Amino acid sequence: MAQATIAQTDAVTSSGSMITASGEPLKVSLARAERRKRLTAFFLVVPLLIFILITFIIPIGDMALNSVRNPEVVTYLPRTADAIQEWDGQGLPDEVVFEALVEDLREGMGTPAIGRVGARLNYEKSGMRSTMQRAGRAARQLEPPYRETLVERDATWGEPGTWRVIQRESSPFTLSYFIAALDRTYDDEGNIVQVREDQRIYVQLFIRTFMLSLVITALTLLLGFPIAYLMAHQPARIANLLMILVLLPFWTSLLVRTSSWIVMLQQQGVLNDLMVLVGLIGDDGRLLMVYNQTGTIVAMTHILLPFMVLPLYSVMKTIPPSYMRAARSLGANQWTAFWRIYVPQTTAGIGAGGVLVFIISIGYYITPALVGGQSGQMISNFIAFHMQRSLNWGLAAALGTILLAAVILLYYLYNRIIGVDRLKLG
Amino acid sequence: MALPTYAGPLERSWYYAFRIICAAIFVFLIAPILIIIPLSFNAEPYFTFTRAMLTFDPDGYSLRWYEDFWNSTSWMASIRNSFIIAIGATIVSTSLGTLAALGLSRSHMPFRAAIMGVLISPMIVPLIISAAGMFFFYSKINMAQTYLGIILAHAALGTPFVVITVTATLSGFDHSLTRAAASLGADPTTTFFKVTMPLILPGVISGALFAFITSFDEVVIVLFLAGVEQRTIPREMWSGIRESISPTILAVASILIAISVLLLLSLELLRRRNERLRGIVES
Repeated sequence: MAQATIAQTDAVTSSGSMITASGEPLKVSLARAERRKRLTAFFLVVPLLIFILITFIIPIGDMALNSVRNPEVVTYLPRTADAIQEWDGQGLPDEVVFEALVEDLREGMGTPAIGRVGARLNYEKSGMRSTMQRAGRAARQLEPPYRETLVERDATWGEPGTWRVIQRESSPFTLSYFIAALDRTYDDEGNIVQVREDQRIYVQLFIRTFMLSLVITALTLLLGFPIAYLMAHQPARIANLLMILVLLPFWTSLLVRTSSWIVMLQQQGVLNDLMVLVGLIGDDGRLLMVYNQTGTIVAMTHILLPFMVLPLYSVMKTIPPSYMRAARSLGANQWTAFWRIYVPQTTAGIGAGGVLVFIISIGYYITPALVGGQSGQMISNFIAFHMQRSLNWGLAAALGTILLAAVILLYYLYNRIIGVDRLKLG
Repeated sequence: MALPTYAGPLERSWYYAFRIICAAIFVFLIAPILIIIPLSFNAEPYFTFTRAMLTFDPDGYSLRWYEDFWNSTSWMASIRNSFIIAIGATIVSTSLGTLAALGLSRSHMPFRAAIMGVLISPMIVPLIISAAGMFFFYSKINMAQTYLGIILAHAALGTPFVVITVTATLSGFDHSLTRAAASLGADPTTTFFKVTMPLILPGVISGALFAFITSFDEVVIVLFLAGVEQRTIPREMWSGIRESISPTILAVASILIAISVLLLLSLELLRRRNERLRGIVES
């Protein structure tokens, strides 16, 4: 129909280009209409886009930048940071550098400056906090030559390592937080080495977070697959009823579910009482099932199970039952038909549920914090620790950035495999 | 999945074994939630069934933890806070999210995939990272420890759910209806409120319910952003579990379970209405 009209218009005009009723070329008119539609669509999205950018994306980007920002030495010891650039790293720096330091310290007296620089340098070389504070207090009485008097008061100033740290951290950006987040540090010569064995935490923690998430994903698959299969093969009425049993935990407050697991699993809790009652264990042999890794795994498997069941179920519902019957009629036994015919058709659901559960569990905070004890802590808990307790925000940001990078990578894969548009809720 | 008549004994026993396994998994899903309810009526300050409770002795049961809850000013304040914050966040995220979904579901939307990625991000980024980022941001603009700050933070977390549910509803939307309305002389606003809105309303409401529960149940952001004034129910439960563990939290938990059952029922009704409107017949 449209083509017929166009053909007619074409026939009417002698120039060969199609003209609309208003005398304008059709191409221009169409392009304008398209542009207007695009703009309308775009303007509908703009409010939310701006809102998310300002309240979410930019704050998180800014937080991630904290992992490389290094303002302390540059801001609070500006002269020293300037003067030490000339130093070649051999022996002790010149008197000029010492003089600059003393001037900076005198200026910083009575302000939080010295405390902040001390705290910052303390991450790199332990003991620097008190060294800085002592030097700050003494700065007024110090007399030239400062090099001799400072070293005399505190031998730390006589170590070339101290000055190398200051030199290294006197640029506005640093990688030391990332280096610390990977259990590495600089040695006195400035090479990156592993920290002492008893201080290595984070690599181990990343591995543990990864392993726990893997275990939880596997468990949700193991438990989710049978019930999704059962629901997919029931008449709608029963399936809906069973679905409510899956959705009720999904809709119940996270803290309710976590506290109910504490009630269930603790030593004086329901499960232990039950096992003592039936004589499975003695009263003195009550099992430790919460405030450790077991607690984290059990509670998180329960909490994340619906995220596995829902995508599995929606995929299984689309699999025609005739395929299995065909396989059976061709001589496959029940197991072969299931394993070779049914399971391969559910891989989209397994992939969707698996990636979803894995993404959620590697960033989980609440449940490990409440039921994890020591051994059940995950990377998020350490980020929170550095944010709230140790106040080492740079390290928190570095750990967070690594976690965020992992999640974005997984999400990218998820989007590639399944497409976020097909994410279904409830 | 009825058992075929030709099934052998092995198949027959597997059929029943499978059902028992599934029943056990459903028990695993539901038991922890149901067990809380009777325990919240415990007369003793324990987290397990007392002998009196097991023998159904009326003295074993009491409402003391509910009374505790009712008489506690901090719990009552937390209920008020939770509702203020969740309702505020729901209004912001539902209106912005619905508008965006309307734009996203038009075929002319430029950079659709990239924009969708940005809009969904609050759902993907681990909460602890969102909380850390927002903590710095709201501290800088002096909005940490204010209601508005937490409402906006929760609204950001809730929008992906609204966008997803409304976009899903719109994907089944018949656009010839709006064209029909326009051809009959309705202007775009009238068309939206008289034709589009009633049809996508179930999607909007279920998106709003998702946004509401997201905010109502959220604790990580609250831990970082809220002051003593803005403590919500989950925040009180958090300190209840961490610091002074008392069965009062079981009473609160039972009330929250009742609320989630109500939410679930309303969602189910919405889903049925939506299916009926679209003419999908349940098999």
